Amino acid sequence: MSYNWNWDIFLSPTPSGESTYLGWLLDGLQWTLTLSLGAWIMALVLGIGLGVLRTVPNRLLAGSAAAYVEVFRNVPLLVQLFIWYFVLPELLPTTLGDALKQTDPLAQQFFAALLCLGCFTAARVCEQVRAGIASLPRGQRNAGLALGLTLPQTYRYVLLPMALRLILPPLTSEFLNVFKNSAVASTIGLIELSRQSQQLVDYTAQAYEAFIAVTVLYVLINVLVMFGMRLLERRTRVPGYIGSK
Amino acid sequence: MEEFDWTSIPGALPILADGMLITLEITATAILIGILWGTVLALARLSGNRPLAWLAAAYVNLFRAVPLVMVILWFYLIVPTLLQRWFGVSQSSDIRMISALVAFALFESAYYAEIIRAGVQSVPKGQVDAAFALGMPYHLTMRLVVLPQAFRNMVPLLLTQAIILFQDTSLVYVIGLADFFGAAYKVGDRDGRLVELLLFAGAVYFILCFGASLLVWQLQKKYST
Repeated sequence: MSYNWNWDIFLSPTPSGESTYLGWLLDGLQWTLTLSLGAWIMALVLGIGLGVLRTVPNRLLAGSAAAYVEVFRNVPLLVQLFIWYFVLPELLPTTLGDALKQTDPLAQQFFAALLCLGCFTAARVCEQVRAGIASLPRGQRNAGLALGLTLPQTYRYVLLPMALRLILPPLTSEFLNVFKNSAVASTIGLIELSRQSQQLVDYTAQAYEAFIAVTVLYVLINVLVMFGMRLLERRTRVPGYIGSK
Repeated sequence: MEEFDWTSIPGALPILADGMLITLEITATAILIGILWGTVLALARLSGNRPLAWLAAAYVNLFRAVPLVMVILWFYLIVPTLLQRWFGVSQSSDIRMISALVAFALFESAYYAEIIRAGVQSVPKGQVDAAFALGMPYHLTMRLVVLPQAFRNMVPLLLTQAIILFQDTSLVYVIGLADFFGAAYKVGDRDGRLVELLLFAGAVYFILCFGASLLVWQLQKKYST
């Protein structure tokens, strides 16, 4: 194969001269991390709220949360992203929509991607939380209520502390998914990690180096997250349940 | 807020249908190869052969650690070069479809391998012992005893994965292939009616995927009793 390997390419300056190609990659890494962590926090808050709603004894609330999950689970992430990015500004009142279109394009891309990933992941977190609450013995809820706790208190002090500890392993894989899904943001032009790899190919034609570097970075993120979550799982394990020692 | 104008959709239906064909073609290929190659990977991972098990695990973990977007871009880079070297296909011919097919098939295999591994492990160990005691060699034990039971347990999970895969095919957008979503985007862009076409595409995906997941749910209820 007549391919010229050139790993030094990462140290050479970019056309604008302000940075090196390695600097570009690290910029992309920063966007990937910011976007993913932001979306993950949003997904946790929204997802736990929705997961609780799905299990409350009120058909309207439980039904709305279920509808949310079905909508966000059955439309491809890419379509959702394009709807947040292209459609939402058109659906807002004209003045607000125009004001939105006037803002910095990078901010527009970032917030569209953040809202999209956050809402998408929230649907998945919601299902895990619901499963966690459903896996608890019925007696727990009844005991809480019998002690005179209100329903919100029962969730706050009895059900959620147990359920969240039980669902930590499946949440780990959702957390990993957020980082992988953040690559979809490259389609609307956000210069995160996978977009930077394409940009590097366009500028340097050293496609293999760029792709290998970015792939290694994704694998590293994956390994770090798994390692961190495993430590957390070990600390929060519930004695007496499968997986605990 | 703009007024909606849906008039460009009826005329665009043939283009959208062509796109849907590509979507279905990729989905079907990836399911078929994914399950076959995924079974091989799962069995390799469960086999007593350490290097083989390690290789299969490395394959599965690598593909599961990397975003699908990157995998599609990778294969769009590699496949044309290989095709040219092995079959002398010229670089200029349109190889986006082949690249996408290869990328999805190999990527999905990693996910199917994990489902199938869990399915095989869910078969009681006594079944394997019984088959060996009857004098069956390994491949017969797997083919006639373990895999049929494992697949029966896995049907809902395999189908759910297929629905996810169907949605994920929209990502071929990154290499400019006009699947259903790509076609909808192109039409919307051409007619200046992106808002309507995106909402339409979202609605179509929702109806198909929600309908399919209802079927899977029914099937699950029937099998579990």
